[in-house]
Order: sequence, then structure tokens, then C-alpha cells
Amino acid sequence: MSKVEFNKETGPREVFCGLTSIVWLHRRMPDAFFLVVGSRTCAHLIQSAAGVMIFAEPRFGTAILEEKDLAGLADAHEELDRVVNDLIARRPEIKTLFLVGSCPSEVIKLDLATVAEKLNKRFLGQVRFVNYSGSGIETTFTQGEDGALKALIPLMDSSDEEKLLLVGTLANNVEDRFKKIFRNLGISNIESFPPRQSIELPKIGKNTKVLLTQPYLSDTVRDLKHRGCEIISAPFPLGIEGSTEWFLAAAKAFKISEFKVHEIISPLINRAKLALESHKEILKGKRLFLLPESQLEISLARFLHNECEMVLVEVGTPYLNKDLMKEEINLLPDNTKIVEGQHVEKQLDRVRESNPDLVVCGMGLANPLEAEGISTKWSIEMVFSPIHGIDQAADLAGLFSKPLKRNQILTTKTLVTH
Amino acid sequence: MELTLWTYEGPPHVGAMRIASSMKDIHYVLHAPQGDTYADLLFTMIERRGQRPPVTYTTFQARDLGGDTAELVKKNIKEAVERFKPKTLLVGESCTAELIQDQPGALAKGMGFDMPIVNLELPAYSKKENWGASETFYQLTRTLLKEKVSYSEKISPLRWKEFGRRPKVNILGPSLLGFRCRDDVIEIQRILSEQGIDTNVVAPLGASPDDIERLIDAEINICLYPEIAEASCEWLKRNFGMEYTNTIPIGIKNTIEFINEVHKKLDLPLTNKKELENKSKLPWYSKSVDSNYLTGKRVFIFGDGTHAIAAAKIAKEELGFEVVGLGTYSREMARQVRATAKELNVEALITNNYLEVEDAMKKASPELVLGTQMERHSAKRLGIPCSVISTPMHVQDVPARYSPQMGWEGANVIFDDWVHPLMMGLEEHLIDMFKHDFEFVDGHQSHLGHTATNTKDILNSDEKKENNPKTGIIWTESGRAELTKVPFFVRGKVKTNTEKYAILRGIPEISDETLYDAKAYFS
Repeated sequence: MSKVEFNKETGPREVFCGLTSIVWLHRRMPDAFFLVVGSRTCAHLIQSAAGVMIFAEPRFGTAILEEKDLAGLADAHEELDRVVNDLIARRPEIKTLFLVGSCPSEVIKLDLATVAEKLNKRFLGQVRFVNYSGSGIETTFTQGEDGALKALIPLMDSSDEEKLLLVGTLANNVEDRFKKIFRNLGISNIESFPPRQSIELPKIGKNTKVLLTQPYLSDTVRDLKHRGCEIISAPFPLGIEGSTEWFLAAAKAFKISEFKVHEIISPLINRAKLALESHKEILKGKRLFLLPESQLEISLARFLHNECEMVLVEVGTPYLNKDLMKEEINLLPDNTKIVEGQHVEKQLDRVRESNPDLVVCGMGLANPLEAEGISTKWSIEMVFSPIHGIDQAADLAGLFSKPLKRNQILTTKTLVTH
Repeated sequence: MELTLWTYEGPPHVGAMRIASSMKDIHYVLHAPQGDTYADLLFTMIERRGQRPPVTYTTFQARDLGGDTAELVKKNIKEAVERFKPKTLLVGESCTAELIQDQPGALAKGMGFDMPIVNLELPAYSKKENWGASETFYQLTRTLLKEKVSYSEKISPLRWKEFGRRPKVNILGPSLLGFRCRDDVIEIQRILSEQGIDTNVVAPLGASPDDIERLIDAEINICLYPEIAEASCEWLKRNFGMEYTNTIPIGIKNTIEFINEVHKKLDLPLTNKKELENKSKLPWYSKSVDSNYLTGKRVFIFGDGTHAIAAAKIAKEELGFEVVGLGTYSREMARQVRATAKELNVEALITNNYLEVEDAMKKASPELVLGTQMERHSAKRLGIPCSVISTPMHVQDVPARYSPQMGWEGANVIFDDWVHPLMMGLEEHLIDMFKHDFEFVDGHQSHLGHTATNTKDILNSDEKKENNPKTGIIWTESGRAELTKVPFFVRGKVKTNTEKYAILRGIPEISDETLYDAKAYFS
């Protein structure tokens, strides 16, 4: 492990909770509905994070707890039953219904597991019910996906068939690219989790080799291990380097030669390097400060330093699983400052002191920092854009070069005076 | 438990944040888990604010629940006070913290600070955003002024005469995330100033706690947004005798009525009554011949109480539209909205469910929708032009240019914003005249370019659906041909009415004549 500086910080945080991941999960599985059992705050949070994405009736909603639900839990269970019945009557095409726990439902100890069990019996053969918690007292942002996937694992049948299982939500086009490359490498049995249809869950077992596409899936990984799956240790497929190592690790697990991998991906690498050049020109030598939010921060820092030559001031992450991030941390430059957790005020003090060229942060902080003259990139865009793989390396770099480029354009054109 | 797919209002603590963020020298310590920090983006993204809301979230976690969350609250309060040095501290909790009952307000009061502390108790499981904003503004006003109640004389609205100065008023209610508040305040101040009336304090927008303490230097209060300010105005009236205005100056008639009301309360003679009628271009634009085509345009209105009521009155009385639907999500304003709806002979729709609103919209088959950002989505789906008149809003409803809703300029803005999505009169007339020429390109609907409906699509889909399998009614060739000549935006309505008529009369086949019979029957 490289000599990385680990720090922990506690205090007020400025991050989303796990409910936010519903915004991309419901798009990945169009036959699923996510029903948050929570408060008006939960409903308002998801719709605010989703912005104007509600162009049709959304496949997520909130069963809003009211005063009478808090008075007696028995009534709350009955009420939830009623809401679910109404919902299924309205949306008969739904195949899987996720009951998503929230801060208030966790605090009043609403037992969603029991509710799901009962509903499963009643709607047997029609709708499946699973439950997980996306509450902010337990999860941060992307951890919601970890919870949702973990909840699906018990529904996955066993099979000893050898296969490569890609775990973590990917954009569909990126997933297709990956599958094509793996097939070219000679791996033919490839599946994804989560699948594109919630009822087409992959079968898993001792010959399932799991390759993670996202770094925030600690609980899912643990349960997949329990089911006998082999976890391939690799950095994450962000940027050319990460993606190359990722393909190599998969190939090794399937006893495919390194030579073969290089043969297949070198044209892609050459093409990607060329595409990366113009972004690198802008990013080179620029100082980067990542605030914690998506857990992608360490992989992004590695990419932006190693391939785009940015200077890392501080790499924040809401939560650090050193085991899962081992390969990533090995690739970081010496003396990288990693800060797990957050004290948002102190961290912003450090941002101002270090005066970086670019800050990666949440939407609540972006405009205030811009107003102070600091360029920003919203972290939420990383989970909505196709950024994985060699072919997307330049697009990923583009997310960071764009604010800097824009800043240059605006500065030269508006501030030059006579 | 209420199933909610989308909500018009946030929770009450977001209302409190609107007050805190609107003001200066205030800090709000909110006992809440980390996810609740999303609310910052409402201000930094939708309002494009360059400052963070002055809010410290305690962001307690599950592991804190077993321990001492009260200590965590105190630690956060201490740090926030040291760092931000507010002149007044608001302390409250969000939905989750309400359940663990740490009573952060009481904790704060026991910490020995010398600044005023407002303990906000906003029941998250029964109340909503606007109520939270109103309650916060009221509690703040009360906290900062209650000591002055006992020795203050009742404030006479006429005392400016004794003082030998211009009358002074407060403008109460404008806040961040309110609809066009920034510009309404400028417009109203301008109007008052022309009448020789000075503005004492505008609050909460831009005010500090010191300004709140100065509220009683004015003679009367202008209650500009009752959703936010009525409770405070009522308290100031009860305790200091300060009168407040009831008229919301949106539209020409209401603006004039508002000026009259202010003058009456202050006993200030109104000298330029005639002049007032020419202050806005709306009356003339509405009267000019091009606007003839606006007559009877069917309009569907949904929004907060204040803006929905004002819109209905302007639509009917100042633009000559026909109001075919009126509703609000503000239950607090249900009574007033119902009364207005009754005057307009429509049934008021009081709901939080946007799908119900969309259904009502569909049934009313309006030619224009005036609503919130959600009605904009619904109207887009239905291919109906829409203008946004109320919160909740989107970033595009916070325009860079000056665009109030209130006063003279507000009326100008309203004329443009409501009429431009419609086709212009002469243009509509010409399209109607030339639409059978072969050069005429279908879908040539100028301003409606953005709406989904293309005439061809409607024709095609009409053809497929024409013969109604449920009723067994058949459209003959002549009936079908006549239907295509009906302007596309009323075609659906004409089709339904004709079928209704056919059923009523037991006519199995609809010809061109049936269409005209139905037209005569329903007109």
C-alpha cells in the first residue's frame, strides 16, 4: 500500500442519504417500484434530487407517515397495507416492490421485513416485495444502492455454472460495451446485477466470479461471498488505467492471458489516450479538492491524478472500506490526504485556505463556492452519466475540464477592461 | 399514511429555512439527519443563491441514538454560535428528530447565550412548508417584539400626521423560494413611494433581527403574501394595534384596490386616481383588436391560494378568458379559493395530488393552463400551452430580468407571459383562412411549436379512434372531413360533444350535419 495519509473527521455533514439512489435504480429496473416509508421530507428530497426528471408518473413514491401512524405501530402496518394495495391496483405492471425504510421509519422501528413477508404471501406470483433501508441515519447517498442490491440477493437462485457477474448499476450503453469486450476476451457467460428487469435476477454460486463496477457495495459483496461467489479484486473501471486493470483482473480469474487482454484493448486505449489529450491539457497541474459524497472520490482522484496529472489537495469520502478500496489506494500517489467522514465547516475552511482550482461537491455547496471564485463540479453527475470504461475516459475527464474551460472563457471575455 | 408521488410543498422546517435564508444575521440550528441537507440545494440551485443557507444540521446517525444526542445538539449549537455569531438563533428539528424528543430549543435556551433564541416547534407529521414559514416568521416577530408590547401604545394609522412626516409602512411576507418576491417588492415600493408613502421595513426578505424590532415604527403593515405573513400581521394588530392590508395587488383592478385600501387606512387623499388607470399597458393591450381572439379562451388555474385567486380574477375580468378550472394545494386557503370558484361557476379543486390535477385539467380541455412547475409538466404531456404563476417552481421561474407579478409592471408581465404561449390573434385568423391551401404546412402553429401535438398526429389518431367501439357510433366520411376542419385545439372537445349529442338523440352515424346540429345544441 502506498504511503497514503488517512484521516477521520466527524461533525456536521453535507451529503445526501441513501434514498437518493432510487433516482438511478428505478431507471435501471423499469419493472420495479420504490416505495419509501417515510415523511414529507423524504418525498421532497427525492423529487428535489431528481429535479425535473418526472416527465411521467414516477415509479417511486413515499408513503408519508402521519400523526395517527405514529400513535400505534399496528395501525401503521395496516395503513401501509392499504397504501400498497392501492399502489398495485394503480400500477399492475409492477413486478418488484421495494419497501424502503427511512430515518423516521427506522426510529419508530417500523418492521418492514415482516410487512414484506406478509405481502409476499398475499401477492404470490404477482409482485415480489423486498425491503431495505435508505435512511440517512445509516446510509449515505450511494449506499442506498448497496442496500437495495443486498436485499435482492436472497431472491437469487443458486447455480454452479461458471460466469462473470458485473455488480453495480451501469448505464445500459456502457454495460453493452463491457459485455462485448468480455466476449472478445473469451468470457461468454456474463450477467449484470442489478439486471435490466428486476425479475431476471442472475443465478449465483461458487463458480460466480464477481467483478464490481462501483466502489460502494460493501454489504452486497459480503452477502455474495456468503453465497459462495468469488470476488475479483481490482480497481474500478474509471479511466484507462482503472479499466485496464479491471479487465486484466477479470481475465486472470478466467485464466485468460494478459497478452490476449492487451491485444483486445490496446486499440481502445490508444484511441482513448488521444481523446483524453485535450482535457489533460486543461486539467494538468490543476489542484483538486474532493468533498465526500458518492464514494467514487478515491477512484476519481486516482484517475484525475494518474491520467490527467491533476494535483490532489484532499480526497474526502463519506465512508472508507479499506479492503474493497485496496487496489485503488495502491494506485494513489504517495502522501495523498484521504479524509473519511466530514465536518463541513472545517472542510470548507480547508478549501478556502488551500484555494484549489476545482472542488468536487454536492449541489448545495456548488454555487456558494462558485460565488467565492472557486470552480466546482457536482458529484451527483458522476452517478447519472456513463463514465465507466476505456471508451468513456475522455467523457469522464470532460466532466472536470468543462467547468475550468468555462471559467477561462468567462474570465477572459468579461473581465478584460481598458 | 398518504401515498405521495410528488409533493407541492416541502416539510415545515423547509419553510423555516426559507425565513432564515431570506434574512441577515440569523442562524438556524436544525436537529436533523444528514439526508435533510438536501434542502440547501433548493436555495443554491433553484434560487441560484451564492451563499449557503444559514443552517447547521446536527446530522445525527443511528449510532448516536443509543448515546447522547442532546450533547450532539449542544455541541452543534455552540459551534454554530461561535462561528456565525448570529444576532438571533433559531433552533428546531426535522421530522426524525421530532421523534427522539431532545427538545433542542430548550437545550439552547439553557446554554447561557445572550442573543434571543426562537424555539421552533413545527409538527412535521401534520403541517407543511408554507405553514412552517408562517409560524417561523410569527415566532421570530413575537420573540423580538414581545417585550415592547406592554409599554407600547396602540399604533394609530394616522399618527404620521402628528409626526409631521410621510406615512411609513412595512412590507411583510416576501421570502426566498416565493414566486417572484424579489421583483414584487421593488414594484410595490415604487408604487407606494409615488403615493408619498415610505417603506419602513421589508421582511423577511433582506431583513435583520434589528429590522424586525423596528417594525413598530411604521403605521400599517402591507400583508403581501398572506401564506407567510398573515399570522404575524394579525399578532402585530392584536398587540400593537397595527392595521394591515387584505388586498393582494396582482392585476390592474387589485392594484388599484390595493392603493385605495392603503390610502383609506392611512387617511391619505388619493390625488392621481385617473393617472393610475394608465400605469400599465395591460388594459389597452387587452382592449386592442388583436386581443379579440382572447375572448372566452378556456383557462385552467392551479397554484397556491393567493396566486390562483388573483389569476382567476385577472383571467376573467381583465383578459376576458373563461375560467374552466380553479384549484389550490394550500388547504389554509381552501375557503377563499372555493368562494372565488363559486363566483366563476366552477368547482374548486383542493388537493395535494398532482395526478388529480392532471385529470381535472384533461377533463376541462383548456386552451391555456396557469399552474406550478408540475402543471407545466402535465400541460406539456397534454399538449396545452402553460404559464407558471405559482410555487413550487423551477430554476427557470427565477428569471434574470425584472419580472414581478404585482403592480403595474406585474400586470404587463402577466399579459406577456399568459398571452405569448397562445397564438397571436391576427396570426390565428390567417392560419384559419389559409389552412386549406396546399402550401399550408400542417403543424404551422408558430408559438405552439414546443407543444407535443402536431395536427397530423391528431388527425391520424382521430381516424383510428373515430369509430367508438363502446358506443357503436360511426363517423361517416363527411363527418370525418368536417371534424378535420375544426381547429386542432378544440377538435377533441368538438368530437366528444358531437358523440354525446349523437347518443342523446340516438343517431348511429355522424355526418357533417350532425356536427353542426351538435354545435347548435351545445352553444
